[in-house]
Amino acid sequence: MPILYGKWLCQFSRYPMKIRNFIIITQIRNHFTRPRKTNLHCLLALSQQSSGSFLHWGFKNYRTSSLWNSSQAPSSNGQENISAQGTHPTSLNELPLKTEVTNFDSQISLEELDDLSPISPLQQISEEDAVQIVAEPPLPPASFTLRDYVDRSKTLQKLVLLGVNLSKLEKRPGAGNLLLRLDFENDIQKILLFLKDIGVEDNQLGAFLTKNYIILSEDLENLRIRVAYLESKKFSKTDISRMVINAPYLLSFPVDRLDNRLGFFQKELGLDVQKTRDLVIRLPRLLTGSLEPVKENMKVYRLQFGFKHNEIQHMVTRIPKILTASKRKLTETFDYVHNVMHIPHHLIVKFPQVFNSKLLRVKERNSFLTYLGRAQYDPQKPNYISLDKLVSIPDEEFCKEIAKASLQDFEMFLKTL
Amino acid sequence: MGWSRLHGLFAVYKPPGLNWKHLRDTVELQLLKGLNSEKQFTPQEHIRFLLAPTEGSERKELTLMATNVPVLSEHPLVRGPNYTSVKVGVGHRLDVKSSGVLVLGVGHGNKLLTDIYNAHLTKDYTVRGLLGKATDDFTDEGRLIEKTTYDHVTQEKLSRILAVIQGSHQKALVMHSNLDLKTQEAYEMAVKGLIRPMCKTPMLITGIRCLQFAPPEFLLEIQCMHETQQLLRRVVHEIGLELKSAAVCTQVRRTRDGVFTLEDALLRTQWDMHSIQKSIQKVTPRVEAELKKYQTVGPAQRDLVGHPAS
Repeated sequence: MPILYGKWLCQFSRYPMKIRNFIIITQIRNHFTRPRKTNLHCLLALSQQSSGSFLHWGFKNYRTSSLWNSSQAPSSNGQENISAQGTHPTSLNELPLKTEVTNFDSQISLEELDDLSPISPLQQISEEDAVQIVAEPPLPPASFTLRDYVDRSKTLQKLVLLGVNLSKLEKRPGAGNLLLRLDFENDIQKILLFLKDIGVEDNQLGAFLTKNYIILSEDLENLRIRVAYLESKKFSKTDISRMVINAPYLLSFPVDRLDNRLGFFQKELGLDVQKTRDLVIRLPRLLTGSLEPVKENMKVYRLQFGFKHNEIQHMVTRIPKILTASKRKLTETFDYVHNVMHIPHHLIVKFPQVFNSKLLRVKERNSFLTYLGRAQYDPQKPNYISLDKLVSIPDEEFCKEIAKASLQDFEMFLKTL
Repeated sequence: MGWSRLHGLFAVYKPPGLNWKHLRDTVELQLLKGLNSEKQFTPQEHIRFLLAPTEGSERKELTLMATNVPVLSEHPLVRGPNYTSVKVGVGHRLDVKSSGVLVLGVGHGNKLLTDIYNAHLTKDYTVRGLLGKATDDFTDEGRLIEKTTYDHVTQEKLSRILAVIQGSHQKALVMHSNLDLKTQEAYEMAVKGLIRPMCKTPMLITGIRCLQFAPPEFLLEIQCMHETQQLLRRVVHEIGLELKSAAVCTQVRRTRDGVFTLEDALLRTQWDMHSIQKSIQKVTPRVEAELKKYQTVGPAQRDLVGHPAS
C-alpha cells in the first residue's frame, strides 16, 4: 500500500550549516515583491513549522527541474532570493493544481498563486544562491517502503535509533502513513516518556513499538486512565510494566473491555482474586487475545478430556498457556498420552507441561523408552520417569540420564521410526 | 558466504505424521535464519557537500564543505533482512503417514531434481504389515472392513507369493523398457537383471523379499520405481488376500532414494544451515557421478543402482 505524504519535516539542525529559519507560507507571501505568473511546474518556497498545517500532496507533474531542492529549510537570505532572483533553495513542496488548492488548508490564496511568475532555468543567479542549491533526488510521492523517506525524516530516524523495526511496520496497512504524519517532539515524545514512567526500559521500547505502533496516536489521558484502572485493581507497578511489555496491546484496550476480560476469567475459572491476578500477570496475552479459543479449550478440558473443575484450576495456575493452545494439538497430545502411554488423569494434572510441548517429541521419546524397556510412568513402581522430565529437558540430558543411552543410539533409533 | 555453498541436493529424514510441505517450509525457515545471521551491520555514511558554518561577520561567506553524513536507509531495521526466501524443492514426495529419506534441492540444485527424476532410479522401502484385519485405506487406522484368522499363514507361503509378485513385475519391467530382446546385448543385460524402463510407467517392483516374519507381524523390503506409498500399502493388502487372510500396513519407510541412503539423511535436530551445507558437499560427487552415467550413455545400456535382492 503506497505511503502518501501527509506532512513534510525539516531536519537539518544537526548538520553543520547555517541555521535556517522556518518560514510559514504567510511570511513568504509578505515577501513576494515581484509579481509572478502561476505555473503548474513552479515550486513555491514553502516550509512549515512542525506543528503547522498539513499540506496534502496533490502531486501532478513530476517533471523535475534542476531548481528542485529537497527538504532544506530556506535560509534567511532565501526570502530575499525568492523575491530577487527567483531561485528555490527551499523545501520541496509541489504546487498542486489550482483546483486542488481549495482542498487543503494552506494559507496560500489563489491570488498569491497568480502573482508568482515562473522561474526559468537559464536565469542568472548569484554565487551564493548557486552554492545554496542542494540538488538531492526528489522524494517519491508514494512509495511502498519507508526506506525512501527515512533519511529526510527526523521522526523516522529517531524511531530507528530507538530500535523500531520499520521494515516490519511498513507492511502493516496504515502504519507508514501514520509514522510519517507524526512528529517526534510533539506527539511521540510524550507517549515515550509515559511508557518510561510505567516502567518500559529504553531497550524494550523498540520491540514494543514494533508490535503496537497505534499507541503513538493514542490520547495520553486515555492511557493514564487505563493505568489508573489497573492500579485500582491492585496490580503493582512492576506487574503493570511486565504486563505491558509482554502484551504490548494492553494499553490500547478501553477500560470496560479490560474489566470484562478480568471478570470473565474470574468467573470461568472460579479462581479467587489474587490467583486471577497472578494468572493475568503471567500471561497478559489472555487480556488482549480473543476469548473464543479460551471458551473452546475450557469445554474441551471439561467434557472431552474429563478433567474436574479443580483439576483444571490447578493446571491453569501452573501453566496458563494451556488456555490458549490450539484445540487440535491438545486433543492429539491427550490422545497419545492417555491412550497410548496409559497415563491416568491425576498424573497428567500434576504435569500439565505435556500440553505445551511438541507431540512429535513426546512420541519419539516415548517410543525410544519403550524400545529400551524403560517406559515406566507409574510412580509406585521403581525406575519411574516423570512426565516433565520426559518433555522438558534437552535431548542430550534425556539420553544420558533418563534413557541411559548415547545420543547416537537415539538418532539411529529415530531413523527407524 | 553461506549462500554460495547452498546449492545442491541433500536428504532429510521425514518423521511420520509430518506433512512434506510443512517440512519443506521448516527447512526454508531454518536456512533463512542461518543466512540472515551472517552479516553484521556497519553504519553507512554518505559524503555530502554542505554549507560550512561561518562566523558572524557582515558578509556571510558561503563555502561548501565535504562532510560525512550518516545514512540510515541501509540500516537492517529499515531495509529488512538480507534474505527473504530460499528456493527449496522437493524430490519424490512422501505422504503424511510414511517416513524416511526425502531428497530436497536448494538453489541451483533444483535443476538437478529434474535430472534425477528423469534418471528413473529405484527406491528402497521397508514395509511393516499386520495380518488379521482389512481396512478401507489399507492402514491400521482406517475403517475396519473384515477380520480374519492367520494361523494358516507360514513364511513359506509368504515367500512363494512374493516370488510370484516379483516375477510378474519383472515381465512388466522388460515390457516397459522397450528393448528388443532378440539382440544379444539386451539378452545379456536381462540375464544380469540390469534392465529398467526410462519413461513413465505404472508402479514397478524390481525386488521384494521378507525380512522378518513373526505372525501377525511381518516386515518386507521392497525395491520399486514410480511408486506411491498408497500403492505399496495396497500391495500389502493384496498379499493378505493372496494368503487367504487379510493384512494392513502399519509402517512405510523409505530407506534409500536413488543415491541417498539413511546415513545421508538429516534428522530434525540437524536441519540448520551448517549441517545442510556439509551434507550437500558430501553428497555432490556421488550425485554427479550418477547423473553423468545417464547423460553419456545411450538408450541401449542401462544400469541399475542397487541390484534387486533375490
